Amino acid sequence: MSMTLRIKRVPTVVSNYQKDEAEEGARRVGGCGRNCLNQCCIPGAKLPLYAFKKLNVNDGDTGLLGHEKREPPVPFLDSLLLGEWEDRMQRGLFRYDVTACETKVIPGQFGFIAQLNEGRHLKKRPTEFRVDKVLQPFDCSKFNFTKVGQEEVLFQFEASEDGEVQFFPSAPIDVESSPSVVAINVSPIEYGHVLLIPRILERLPQRIDRESFLLALHMAAEAGNPYFRLGYNSLGAFATINHLHFQAYYLAVTFPIEKAPTKKIATLNAEVKVAELLNYPVRGLVFEGGNTLQDLSNTVSDACICLQENNIPYNVLISDSGKRIFLMPQCYAEKQALGEVRAEILDTQVNPAVWEISGHMVLKRKKDYDEASDENAWKLLAEVSLSEERFQEVNALIFEGIASGDNGNENLLEDPEVKPRSHEEVNTINKRVHCSAVNEQICRLFTM
Amino acid sequence: MESELGLIEQSLISSYSVWVHEALSGLPDSFTITDPSISGHPIVFASKGFLKMSGYSKNEVVGRNGRVFQGPGTCRRSVMEVREAIREERAVQVSLLNYRKDGTPFWMLFHMCPVFGKEDGRVIHFVGVQVPISRRPRRSGGRNGVGLCEERSRMSEIVYGSCRKEVCFDSLVDLGRVLSLESALDDADSRGFDIEESCEASDVEKMRAATAINNILSVLTHYSESTGRLVCGKRCSLSGVGLLSSALNISLGRIKQSFVLTDPNLPDMPIVYASDAFFKLTGYARHEVLGRNCRILSGADTDSSMIYRIKESIQNETACTVRILNYRKDKSSFWNLLHISPIRNASGKIAYFVGVQMEEGCKNQVGHGLSPEMRQLSAVGAVRIAVRSLSMGAGPSKS
Repeated sequence: MSMTLRIKRVPTVVSNYQKDEAEEGARRVGGCGRNCLNQCCIPGAKLPLYAFKKLNVNDGDTGLLGHEKREPPVPFLDSLLLGEWEDRMQRGLFRYDVTACETKVIPGQFGFIAQLNEGRHLKKRPTEFRVDKVLQPFDCSKFNFTKVGQEEVLFQFEASEDGEVQFFPSAPIDVESSPSVVAINVSPIEYGHVLLIPRILERLPQRIDRESFLLALHMAAEAGNPYFRLGYNSLGAFATINHLHFQAYYLAVTFPIEKAPTKKIATLNAEVKVAELLNYPVRGLVFEGGNTLQDLSNTVSDACICLQENNIPYNVLISDSGKRIFLMPQCYAEKQALGEVRAEILDTQVNPAVWEISGHMVLKRKKDYDEASDENAWKLLAEVSLSEERFQEVNALIFEGIASGDNGNENLLEDPEVKPRSHEEVNTINKRVHCSAVNEQICRLFTM
Repeated sequence: MESELGLIEQSLISSYSVWVHEALSGLPDSFTITDPSISGHPIVFASKGFLKMSGYSKNEVVGRNGRVFQGPGTCRRSVMEVREAIREERAVQVSLLNYRKDGTPFWMLFHMCPVFGKEDGRVIHFVGVQVPISRRPRRSGGRNGVGLCEERSRMSEIVYGSCRKEVCFDSLVDLGRVLSLESALDDADSRGFDIEESCEASDVEKMRAATAINNILSVLTHYSESTGRLVCGKRCSLSGVGLLSSALNISLGRIKQSFVLTDPNLPDMPIVYASDAFFKLTGYARHEVLGRNCRILSGADTDSSMIYRIKESIQNETACTVRILNYRKDKSSFWNLLHISPIRNASGKIAYFVGVQMEEGCKNQVGHGLSPEMRQLSAVGAVRIAVRSLSMGAGPSKS
């Protein structure tokens, strides 16, 4: 008998165009009419475009004195993102004012951060999520980011062709060049909460590939602000939307996971250093160094690819402007589906995704906020962690994965499509074609 | 107008008189002093010992942020620890891999501590001592021996100061800090790290750093008596009303636009912070605007209906943008595209109003393609993050 593991949870509303599935079907506006990112609305549409400079050398913090300008200007991407986000805030696109949500550092040993957010999960019904498959095919009958309104998109983000930072305040959306975009999350958990959606029109499912991960790392490096972090949740580790995306926001407080002591376990090719977290409730790996940003990126992507191919849910935190990356395999959702999580912990309805695991807890009940303590946070996160034994097993897998990535995946960088497609991917493509036909009357879908 | 260079020059003199340079120069140690109230938190003094050790000249160092001495091999976690200590206005002692001017790396023990104003408890400066760590074979064993325990208690003593020794092991906050240091120690001891990866200072080196800090502090304390602006190594009073913490000052100092923060919870809503660009735009100096109401910018031809609109939006706690005629200190006028918005602290309450000024038609403000309006909004965003994050209650800072 085959059994699937599912949990019920309230999905987060990331876009104002994300309706309950039932409402979705009822929408039949001619030619879409909502200024989305599908083929119907893209012609003539314009968005700011930020083209980043590809960094060749990962030069530590600022490099040596001789190479540094006297007064480094505020990084441009940082200003762009803040300005565009504030603009959307003043236009009232968010479901609530996150700066009006009470927040505090919990007194105690670790400095866990708690936020009371009573509005984030209102007005949504719990939905079933399958949690035992980290890789699932893209399903265009479900909400995806091509359905967001253009006003929710802040800018396009891509590598510059001539190696210099470029900015175009208003650039057409070039379908051919497969743009990546940065959009707001209308249910922010902190100021500046955005989603980075790599090659949005390709409708990639939530799975890490080398190119997309490098894009996320570039975003962290370009923002140049240690308090602007990116995060990734795999399916089965509390991603709610199966459309490839990273999240990011600002919080000028050091996260507990960043303070945790570490123990170095290996130096890999190209000087990428791997350490293990110590004295932290969730077991995980920390990657840093690397001769180039790409070295670091490839190593971490290969580790992620290995986890997802082995069906192990995981979360990733890109910290310190892309210089430190935390990777945490987890098993909470699986335990939850199997009924192994204690009721007192389930009652808090906290979904331990990357931010919670990093020590930033968004709480829904006043009671939990008032009673927040090191002990409670630790108890919850301890449930997320793999056991020591399993963690070591998974580590062995990861190192194998990284080693094989080093040997065989060189040309993947140039062309991510080179990799032979699995059955599942083929299914995805078939399904996508099918979906397009179905949806055509509503919105002429972009076809690949 | 206060130029950045002038601020740096005046930084030590205004607190400790003109004689302090000579006294500090007489100290043999390698150390730097930084000023968190100046934008970029620059070095305002570097000792001869420091210049010798790093290979830089005085002019190459003063005015820079200390992070420029870090490089690719510098441990990111240690950098984070220093950043955290600055934010929490407390002392820290950590081994750091720094780089000389010629690019060669060297290990040093970095011991940093804040210098507080006696009167208001504000952080005036940070003193950072660098003690080179001599390379020697790593001590083996001692994982559970008496030696390590001694080392632990001495370590916490140095970092926290003897007055806090008693509470150290009762208080979880401090314990956490000590524990993480300890695990790092344990780890280095038991795993036999190769010397390239981490470098632990000896007890002698730790004591040297602590002694140097004490000597520098006593010089600063002594000379602060002559200016009447007394300083001390421990916070003697909590930050006064309306004073921003040094951490908030540092964060706000990074924002390049002209803006002020006003405090609606104080009588007549005084300015509690003004950016360097504001001084440049208006011609006023810091002490001429702090504590005063924004109406100092108004003059004979300022449209009172605009002032009314501003008052209205403040009352309604909403954002607004107005075009208003303002006056500089020298009485010359300019059209100000002023954006005002309420700023909430970590409890969600309105703590300040931010006013971002933009001189209409000013060519200087065209920066890398972002529209002036977008730059104005980005300043508001940066202020929101700084105020919210720095009032969350970690450490002693209040904002």
